[in-house]
Amino acid sequence: MSKQFKNNLITYGIIIVFFAIMQTLASTGNLSSLFKGLLVPICVYAIMAVSLNLTVGILGELSLGHAGFMCVGAFASAFFSMCLKDSGMNSVLRFILAILLAAAVAAIFGVLIGIPVLRLRGDYLAIVTLAFGEIIKNLVNVMYIGRDSKGFHISLKDTAALGLETDGQVIIKGPQGITGTPNDSSFIAGTIILLIAVFIITNFVNSRSGRAVMSIRDNRIASESIGINISKYKIMAFALSASIAGAAGALYAHNLNTLNALPKNFGYNMSIMILVYVVLGGIGSIRGSIIAATILTALPELLRGFSDYRMIIYSVVLIALMLISNNPKAKTFLEQHDLRTILRRAEKEDK
Amino acid sequence: MALLDVNNLGISFGGLRAVDSFDIHIEKGQLYGLIGPNGAGKTTVFNMLTGVYKPTDGTIVLDGENITGKKTTHINRAGVARTFQNIRLFKNLSVLDNVKVGLHNDYPYSTLSGILRLPSYRKQEKAMNEKAMELLKVFDLDKECDYLASNLPYGKQRKLEIARALATNPKLLLLDEPAAGMNPNETGELMETIKLIRDEFDMTILLIEHDMKLVSGICEKLTVLNFGRVLAEGETSEVLNNPEVIKAYLGD
Repeated sequence: MSKQFKNNLITYGIIIVFFAIMQTLASTGNLSSLFKGLLVPICVYAIMAVSLNLTVGILGELSLGHAGFMCVGAFASAFFSMCLKDSGMNSVLRFILAILLAAAVAAIFGVLIGIPVLRLRGDYLAIVTLAFGEIIKNLVNVMYIGRDSKGFHISLKDTAALGLETDGQVIIKGPQGITGTPNDSSFIAGTIILLIAVFIITNFVNSRSGRAVMSIRDNRIASESIGINISKYKIMAFALSASIAGAAGALYAHNLNTLNALPKNFGYNMSIMILVYVVLGGIGSIRGSIIAATILTALPELLRGFSDYRMIIYSVVLIALMLISNNPKAKTFLEQHDLRTILRRAEKEDK
Repeated sequence: MALLDVNNLGISFGGLRAVDSFDIHIEKGQLYGLIGPNGAGKTTVFNMLTGVYKPTDGTIVLDGENITGKKTTHINRAGVARTFQNIRLFKNLSVLDNVKVGLHNDYPYSTLSGILRLPSYRKQEKAMNEKAMELLKVFDLDKECDYLASNLPYGKQRKLEIARALATNPKLLLLDEPAAGMNPNETGELMETIKLIRDEFDMTILLIEHDMKLVSGICEKLTVLNFGRVLAEGETSEVLNNPEVIKAYLGD
């Protein structure tokens, strides 16, 4: 118990120290504007990586459409904020409500996908989430929603088909997305949401529900034999993971003036990118996910000159990692040169 | 009224009749053995008793409740726990957590209070830890409680599986070849443990075993299964001296 508590404290500590350093650098003017612009995306992708790690590492299922949940959260929250933009509501309160709404809507989608798919055994979740991510992205691209004194109008054709009154306002403009979302996101908001996400996931994992989820991952048949409700816990973990991705989407949406669903931000590539963060950071390791997401989001921008070769470097790194992690000689080498082993050996020699 | 009443149980896989008109009646507190040559259908019977397979015909009544064809989860809650022939532990969980998963249904604090660490979480987790350590102590596993289950030696993994099954607070414990792969020393120790479970937890136990030393040493009654049918049943010593049984095991 205490070991795990210490472990969590280290994770929180790393996040807070990173925040403090960046904040100090920014306030003393030592941070380039480019890097400043990266701080919120770093939080967004760190939250996404942590949330996907719950599905991949703890639940042991593969999701290839996690950006789809982020997309749902982003549009739901941006739509909500646009509606309340002129209501005079406190912007912090509005942002908090928008995040909660994003999490709730994404969780509903998670449950809807989970109920049929998680009852099956095998890699069906990967296939269905892959399709879900693409469908959501395309659906958003043909959706027009407007508002006037009579209420909301929805169309899948174009703005004119909404039939708005002259003072009506188009909120979602199909491929042009949502323009004018209030810029409520900030580095501090991102850090707080990341801390909350880590808190929720680590506490979930160390509770009876989390243990049930991990037992299903390790051995479904044994888990059933001791009376665990398999479907319930699988859906619960997946919905929790989806809702955190939705919250990340809200953070993302409120950091941009124009939100639209592109292959770049909510497409298949992004889902794979997040999976890469999880795999590189270590499946099941929350801290690793955060660190990998931070480094891999920041690096391409810091090495702008190399950005043409970014994908090549990624693939080389990935191939190298796969080869190394499956090579017994490399494994023993890493074990022997692990920091902990070295420390232990030094201790022994001291004695 | 027996604790477990199985009547005319049978299952077919396509054209194959794996088990046919199987009857067994186990009294509370009994230590009962199910033996038979390889492929006789012993594990299939266990799988029907625990709901992994749905029987084609027959009834299973546990302590007055008809559990025929119910889901595994439901049957466990009704009071049947089991171990597996090929050990099925939660390998990436600690020894303590393996037992705590078994306690899952007895400590029903909500997921929300788990996430928010409300008092109900703290109180029940504490009780869970105590209860789990108590169980581990019975099996002499308390010192290894922080180990990953996969890092335990083989004999201890078998014991941990029994501890996990007991954690669900069953009325009937099914052990599928508990002594498989154990050396004579470990088997002897296991016999003591099984007796201890029966006496300490007032447990009813049905076990499949090939090790005749263990069977004759601890089982009070036996049922012999051959080609999916009951070949003999009765007191252990009688059954083991039955010429039919000897023939089934050793051939003509």
